[in-house]
This record gives sequence, C-alpha cells and structure tokens, in this order.
Amino acid sequence: MEAPLLHLALVGTPNSGKTSLFNALTGSRQKVANYPGVTVERKEGFFVTPLGRQVSVVDLPGTYSLRGRSPDEEITRDFVLGKASGERMPDLVLCVADSTNLRLTIRLLLELKRTGRPLILVLNMFDIASRRGITVDVERLARELGVPVVTSIAVRKGGTTELLKLTDEISAKLDPEPQENTWRALSVAELRATQREADRIIADCVSLPSRPDTWTARIDAVVLHPVGGLLVLALILFVMFQAVFAWAQPLMELLNSGFDALGELVHDTLPAGLLQSFLQNGVISGVGSVTVFLPQIIIIFLFILLLEDFGYMARAAFLMDRIMGGAGLHGRAFIPLLSSFACAIPGIMATRVIDNKRDRLTTILIAPLMTCSARIPVYTLIISAFIPARDVWGFINLQGLVMFGLYATGIVSALLVSFLIKFFMLRDYAPAPFMLELPDYKMPRPKSIAIGIFTRAKMFLQRAGTTIFSMMVLIWFLASFPQPPAGATEPAIDFSLAAIIGKAIAPLLAPVGFNWQIAVALIPGMAAREVAVAALGTVYAIEGGKEAAEQIGQALATKWSLATALSLLAWYIFAPQCASTLAVIRRETGSWIWMATTFAYMLVLAYAASLLTYNVAVALGAG
Amino acid sequence: MTDDDDTRPHMPLGLAQRGYTGVIQHLSAKGTGSALPDIELESRLIELGFVEGARVEILHEGIVGRDPIAVRVDNITIAVRRREAMAIIVA
Repeated sequence: MEAPLLHLALVGTPNSGKTSLFNALTGSRQKVANYPGVTVERKEGFFVTPLGRQVSVVDLPGTYSLRGRSPDEEITRDFVLGKASGERMPDLVLCVADSTNLRLTIRLLLELKRTGRPLILVLNMFDIASRRGITVDVERLARELGVPVVTSIAVRKGGTTELLKLTDEISAKLDPEPQENTWRALSVAELRATQREADRIIADCVSLPSRPDTWTARIDAVVLHPVGGLLVLALILFVMFQAVFAWAQPLMELLNSGFDALGELVHDTLPAGLLQSFLQNGVISGVGSVTVFLPQIIIIFLFILLLEDFGYMARAAFLMDRIMGGAGLHGRAFIPLLSSFACAIPGIMATRVIDNKRDRLTTILIAPLMTCSARIPVYTLIISAFIPARDVWGFINLQGLVMFGLYATGIVSALLVSFLIKFFMLRDYAPAPFMLELPDYKMPRPKSIAIGIFTRAKMFLQRAGTTIFSMMVLIWFLASFPQPPAGATEPAIDFSLAAIIGKAIAPLLAPVGFNWQIAVALIPGMAAREVAVAALGTVYAIEGGKEAAEQIGQALATKWSLATALSLLAWYIFAPQCASTLAVIRRETGSWIWMATTFAYMLVLAYAASLLTYNVAVALGAG
Repeated sequence: MTDDDDTRPHMPLGLAQRGYTGVIQHLSAKGTGSALPDIELESRLIELGFVEGARVEILHEGIVGRDPIAVRVDNITIAVRRREAMAIIVA
C-alpha cells in the first residue's frame, strides 16, 4: 500500500539557511503561491525519501518566536499549530538552525516543543561551524532537548543524506494521535527562562571557540564604516544600474532581432491580410517588445538575490536607517524600495518585514514611484528617439544622463511624498524600532540564486504570455476594425475603433501635449506599463505599414515634438499605470481606500508633471 | 568576566560609544521612549539574545547621530537604534 503524502514544515530564525535547505531538498520542484487572505508567500516543494516516501515540504516565514508579531510570523505560528486556514497540520516539523549561531534557534525549539508536534532539529551549515572550530555534541544535544538532532550542509551535494534517512525513520513510527498542544504565548519571564534553559543546554553541548568569523569582521570594518560604507553602497547601486543598462544591451538586441526575423518570416509566408497583420503586428511585435526586457529583469534580480544571499541587504538597511528616517522612512524600507526598481509588486510584498503598520503603509504608497523595470522600455524608446547620443562635459553620455535624471526624479519625489505623509497624515509619528540581525557573510549559492531568478523570469514571461498578450490582441483589434472603406486614401487606422477612442480622450490630454495615438497607448498601458510601447508600435505599424513598425523610434521622432516626448517621460515617472501593482496594494493594505489614494495621488502628480514639462518645453522652443 | 565588572557603573547600552564592551546586567524597558510597549520591547530584546549575562560590544555606528549601532551579542551581531538600546543596562 502506498503511504500517504508526508507533510513537513520548515521553521527557523531568519538567516538560518532554511531556504537553501528547502532548495536542496526539493530542487526546482517548487510551487510558490500565497496563503489565503494575506500576501505571505507560501513556498511548497516536493521530494521523495530514499525509502520512496512522497514528501511535501512547506518553507515557513522565518521567525524568532511563535508570538506572531507580523503577518509572516502569524502564518508560521498558525501553520505549526494547524490553525492556518485551508492548511493541514504538518506531520513533522523541521526546526532549522544555523550551526554557528544556536542560541536563538534552541530557544525557538524549546517553544516549538510545547506545540506537541513531532520535531527534528536540523543543524544546518555544519561545515561552516566545523571550520570555525565549533564542536557540537549532537547525541547529548538530542538527549537534553528530547528531540532528534541531525546535521546538514544544505549547499553540498549529499549534505542532506542524514536528514533524509532520519525523516524516513521517524515518519515510519509517527504516532497517528497528535500530542497535546500546551503552547501559549510566553510571558517575558517565561521567555527569559526559556533563553536561560537554551543557554544552559548550549553550554553543556557546544564548545565555542573564542575566534569569531574574521572575514565578516573585516568586511564590516569597511562596509559598515559611517562614510566608507555609504560609498560602497553608492558604488554597488551604480554598478547595478550600469549592468542593467550596459550588460543587457547585447542580449536585448539579440532577442529583438529574433522577434523581427520571426515577424519577417510570418510576413513572407502568409498572404497579406488580416491573419498576417494579426500575427506580425499584434502577436509577435506586441509580445516581443515586452519579452526583450527579460535580460534586464534577470540582471536586476541577480543583483538583489546575490546581495541578499551574501548578507549585505541587512547592512544596507543599517546604513540607510537614519538617513531615510529624515524622510519618515524605516531602515527596513530600504530593501522593499530597492526591489521596487525591479518591480513594485515584489517590493510591496517585501514591506512585510516592516512590522509597524504606518511605516509599512508609507513604504507601500511610495514604492510605485521607484522606477520599475516596466518603465525601462518606455524610457529607452523615447530617449533613443529624441535625445541625441552625444557627450556632455566631455565624458557623460547625454542619454544616460536623462535616464539617470528620470530615476533621480522618481526617488526624490518618493522621499518628498513620504515626508508629506509623515508631516500631514501621520502626525503622532514615533519612529518604530529598528532591530535586525546582521548575519555573517556567506558565499552566495549559485543554485539558490539560479532557482530564484528562474522563478522570477517565469513569472515575468507568464505575464507577457497572458496579460500582455491579451492586451495586445485587444489593441490590434481596436486598431484594425472597422476596416477602411474601399478606395479610402487616409491610413487604415484613422477609421478604427482605436482612433475613435483615442480622439475622444485626446482633448483631456491635449494640455500635456499628448496626441490621440498616445491616448490609445495609455489605455492598455493600464494593464502593464510596458504594453504602452508595444501599443504605440502596433498603432503606428498599422498606420504606417511595415517600415514604421521596424523603426518605431524613428517614426516617433518624426511625428512627435520634443516637448511631447519629454512630457510623456514625465508622465511615466508618476503614472499609476499598472493594474497589478494597484491590486497588490489593495491586498496588502486590505483596503480599497489606500489603493484609490495611490492611484489618485500618482495620477495628479503625473498630470501636473507632464503639464509643467510640456509647457516649459514649448516655452523654450521645443514645441 | 573582567575583574572590574562589579565596580563599573551601570549604564544603558544606548549611551555607550563605539568599541565599548560589557556584560548585560538587566533589561529596563521603562521610559526609553521607544514606540513599542515596554513588555513588547523587552520580549523582542530577549528574542534577539539580549539577556542577563550576555557579553556585548559596540562594533559600528551609523553616520547620523551615531545611530543605529551594531552590537555583538555573544556570537551574533544585532543592529538596534540607540533609543531601544537604552533598555539594555550594561556594566
């Protein structure tokens, strides 16, 4: 008889190497979703034990205790207690410890024991501990704790063999009757007593060398230096953005010519007509124009994941805490805001690490002002069409300078908005505490990084394949129908639904210098910002034929004034044009009001910025 | 334990300079001005390893107002703001 699926849960403190153990156990057999009602990422993976038992394992959010002081930690507590809605109680809980740092995990384990769940203590990163001269009497530790203990090296092949063997042994004799749960929230005195007990057990079973990790101390001497540290941070950010723009270029050109060739192929094989136009202008040029940004998205996530894995992100938060505090932001907001440069959605989800509600709300409201990668297509297109590629002051590329200016404007406005929120709305503001473990540095694991990037790239492509694809079909349809009457001399698009809609909205946008083609492109841009580029491409392709589609940048340069182009750039710094971001804001804040607030304030800013830019540009003779 | 532990005056860790080393005597969350309720602050400090008898050393300070501070607590490093570190009484 086939044994039923065994349900495991991974619990541990932040930085315990829980996720790399999860990756080691499950490889790429992972499923990422959300827990119902909250945007806490639910990561489940599957594997088979040496004895052939099918296992599902859930990687629970890191926590120092079961008190549950943030939505993440509540999930961990409820899941272990079997109270999380729609979740079954785990058969076996793996409590994961960083072997170099057992104090906090042993205390957590003593608390977990009270839940009555079967437990295994996994001493992870055991190799690093051995290298530092830390020795653990594993048998004695197991005896004193009354819990099976196993060592593991998640990052090494075969490093989890012992754990798998033990899982088999224990799962074979699991008691079907769950033990009684005697856990309740600990009082301060109990907490202290538990920590004392943990410290006593550690003193008995673990011998610590006097030498700490010298590498971490050496790196921190530079990286956390009040002045030097900020310079290092600035340098890292500079390299990151340089990489996003410079390194990605060849790959993007490759993808671009690939899609062009595909379009050509369709154009040459199919007879001229609706189907040819649909495939070439609607599907291939539409989806292609978005997919080419995959290299940039991979690079930005590569940096973020590397820095996280290395242990630098916590340091960045430390350095920025008081500096951002001036604008009413918490140090921990730095990581979500940095992620927002890739995409506001993971950024907003990452605000869960901020446990104070008001700090979190402020961060969520300004996260969309960080220039996300979806704006890159729009910026790149317009800048390359309108800004000459010459050097200013001898060494700075003007196009790069404009790009930098757009990013800087986004950041400065975010800080201003945050300051205004602090000043006007959240008057009784008392800075929430900043308490964060600065983990020892670790070499990033290529496998973990690869899995992380793969998951994100997949999400991006799925989006390109679904949301963006359907929007492109819609745009193509609107731009193609109704067909022009026979013998008409004007471009076909002038007769289409798109033109009718665009011309209807155009008067509203005329003061900021947008024509009806831009108005048409802004509508599907609501689904995802980058679609605007594709939509402009489709509109002008159907209007101008194949040549225009190939050189949309040149087409724009002849059809728009510089003032219009600058105005559109200004619009995109602020425009709340991303339905998914708004949906995430609603979910994260649990309120339509904050979603509407974000939409409204960004729209007002966008319109005002464009109005100003356009009129100043026209006054300076760029109209 | 260094021999002057008994004679050194007790002081909040929040007032100590970079390079300070000492041993935690007790926690006193009252009147630190932290946004957290006293009990919550104390619980969190304990959860991060700030318990009586732990050795602490201030490793780094931030640039603005020498805040926050990076504190070595036994064998881990924790970043806290000075305001919260006022609850940690050391000598």
